[in-house]
Amino acid sequence: MSFLEVLYFIVPTAIFYAAPLILTAIGGVFSERSGVVNIGLEGLMVMGAFVGIVFNLTYVDTFGAWTPWISLLVAGLAAGIFSILHAVASISFRADQTVSGVAINLLGIAIALFSVKMLYDKGQTDMIKVRFPRFNIPFLEDIPLIGPMFFKDVYGTSILAIAIAIMAWFIIYKTPFGLRLRAVGEHPTAADTMGVNVTKMRYIAVIISGVLGGIGGAIYSQTISGDFGHATINGQGFMAIAAMIFGKWHPLGALGAAIFFGFAQSLSIAGSSIPYIKEIPSVYLHILPYVLTIFALAGFIGKANAPKASGQPYIKGKR
Amino acid sequence: MPKKLTTILVPVISVILGLLVGAIVMLVSGYDPVEGYLALWEGIFGDVYTLGGTVRQITPYVLAGLAVAFAFRTGLFNIGVEGQLIMGWLAAAYVGYAFDLPAIIHLPLAILAAAVAGALWAFIPGLLKAKLQVHEVIVTIMMNYIALHVSNAIIKSLTDGGEKTPAIHESASLRSAFLDNLTEYSRMHYGFVIALIMVVIMWFILERTKRGFELKAVGFNQNASEYAGMNVNKNIILAMVISGAFAGLAGAMEALGTFGNVSVIGGFTGIGFDGIAVALLGANAPLGVLLGATLFGSLKFGALNMPNVGIPVEIVSIIIALVIFFVASGYIIRVFLERMSKKKEAK
Repeated sequence: MSFLEVLYFIVPTAIFYAAPLILTAIGGVFSERSGVVNIGLEGLMVMGAFVGIVFNLTYVDTFGAWTPWISLLVAGLAAGIFSILHAVASISFRADQTVSGVAINLLGIAIALFSVKMLYDKGQTDMIKVRFPRFNIPFLEDIPLIGPMFFKDVYGTSILAIAIAIMAWFIIYKTPFGLRLRAVGEHPTAADTMGVNVTKMRYIAVIISGVLGGIGGAIYSQTISGDFGHATINGQGFMAIAAMIFGKWHPLGALGAAIFFGFAQSLSIAGSSIPYIKEIPSVYLHILPYVLTIFALAGFIGKANAPKASGQPYIKGKR
Repeated sequence: MPKKLTTILVPVISVILGLLVGAIVMLVSGYDPVEGYLALWEGIFGDVYTLGGTVRQITPYVLAGLAVAFAFRTGLFNIGVEGQLIMGWLAAAYVGYAFDLPAIIHLPLAILAAAVAGALWAFIPGLLKAKLQVHEVIVTIMMNYIALHVSNAIIKSLTDGGEKTPAIHESASLRSAFLDNLTEYSRMHYGFVIALIMVVIMWFILERTKRGFELKAVGFNQNASEYAGMNVNKNIILAMVISGAFAGLAGAMEALGTFGNVSVIGGFTGIGFDGIAVALLGANAPLGVLLGATLFGSLKFGALNMPNVGIPVEIVSIIIALVIFFVASGYIIRVFLERMSKKKEAK
């Protein structure tokens, strides 16, 4: 395989693997920027993956080729509702946000597996019949070099993920809503003094993270795994958290980090067919994202600082 | 209402609420909750076999709970118990099958290896926290995944691509013919003795030693501790190392007791995460952890009997997750309790 051929193969695969991570990491950015730590992303992804597959299996005859897309919406909605639990516990009930997030993770997988067994009487769902199609983008695919890499045989989900990342950047940095969101996460008391409703902002942010995490999970289950079982989402949510931190709590940073992690993942899966890469034991590629995150946090790759108020419940009148 | 009473009431109410919501979930899903909970009861206390299995399940939960609780008491959140447990499991299994020693040396050595492996795995986040102020939560989560992949890779290289290591030698086993006969081969092992000793050790370290006082002080207020002349960095690292050693021991229970080897695993054991639930429910006190582990371990093992009446075992995971929610939201339960007691006083 020539170097160019390797690139044509690996770049679309990387973005394809990155799509669920991108969406979930952006969800994490919203939540943490508002000051709520969301360790529960894994559980939200599980919920999304589960709902996506069940909806796809149930309504494939009704919606035909549109089924995966509608499943995404339904999965986002379901995970959004599920995330309200985290919001209520950590914002209104002043629970330890990390603990509440852990509970979301445990609850997500438990509810999903319980329901799968109830619905299908077995531990794993059937494979879905209709997946996301690949397509070529007219004109752009003809650009030399970049065309075959980015615009040929692409998944709609990859485009969606990148579009949402750019949208998130615009919302967080260029709109009044984004300014309030960041203010609430950095200095809630000051924001409150200026008339920003801290509780409301945080609720909205957590629900956004739920919706995005759910869509991320549904993309994963409908593109990569094709069914839902106990190991479908196995650390994807935590890898999204890693991408968020590695991207320094910035939507575009998270986008870049997620693509990089997707790259590492695709290498560890498809690497055996690529010269040089196949010499590297796959374990190094598996642990690469996690090791890099630790390095990023330790300041070896530029200091990553969390939003100031993240992790603390806001109690009115308390100094 | 006295504070001590609320500390006990919050977990109790949380468990009751968890079981109640679990019953509602069963009802809504079309199952009979009474039948379900009866099957659960049978699965825990039914006969000597299930009792043995229940004790076996409780054993690693106690140690995982102690690991989380010890870190909590010193102001650290160790989500990495899962990874430390995996490394401890691997180390104990390796020492168990690779060495040929008399039991009196072999068993303690295998147990020690597990504790050291867990401690080393926790040392890294401790060091990063102490020297570079990196938050331990994220590092320990990342270390979990690194442990999972590294352990799998090591098992594969030890066995030339195999899926599991050879069985440990008899001399390193915690199993015994006596317990096997007593509990009709339930896989119950002497690990529970180690778990109980560790409960006492944790209490002793925290309540009866100068070092334990320092560790707790650092957990309460780092600046005050430093001002009082304590070495904060050293205490943070030590706290993580001790916590990791407990977690490693939990892995030894699986390696030397329940399974007798270590296998390539696709996902986490879940014991480490349930340890967080155990510690929270037990209010991070050694005795509380023992009670919390007994409850969750029993639920988890008893649940295996629930499919016999058609109910998926995951119902118990739902209940445990709900209990964590309620304990974490203890603030609202406390507010509720205070209002209740005020009303009584007003009358």
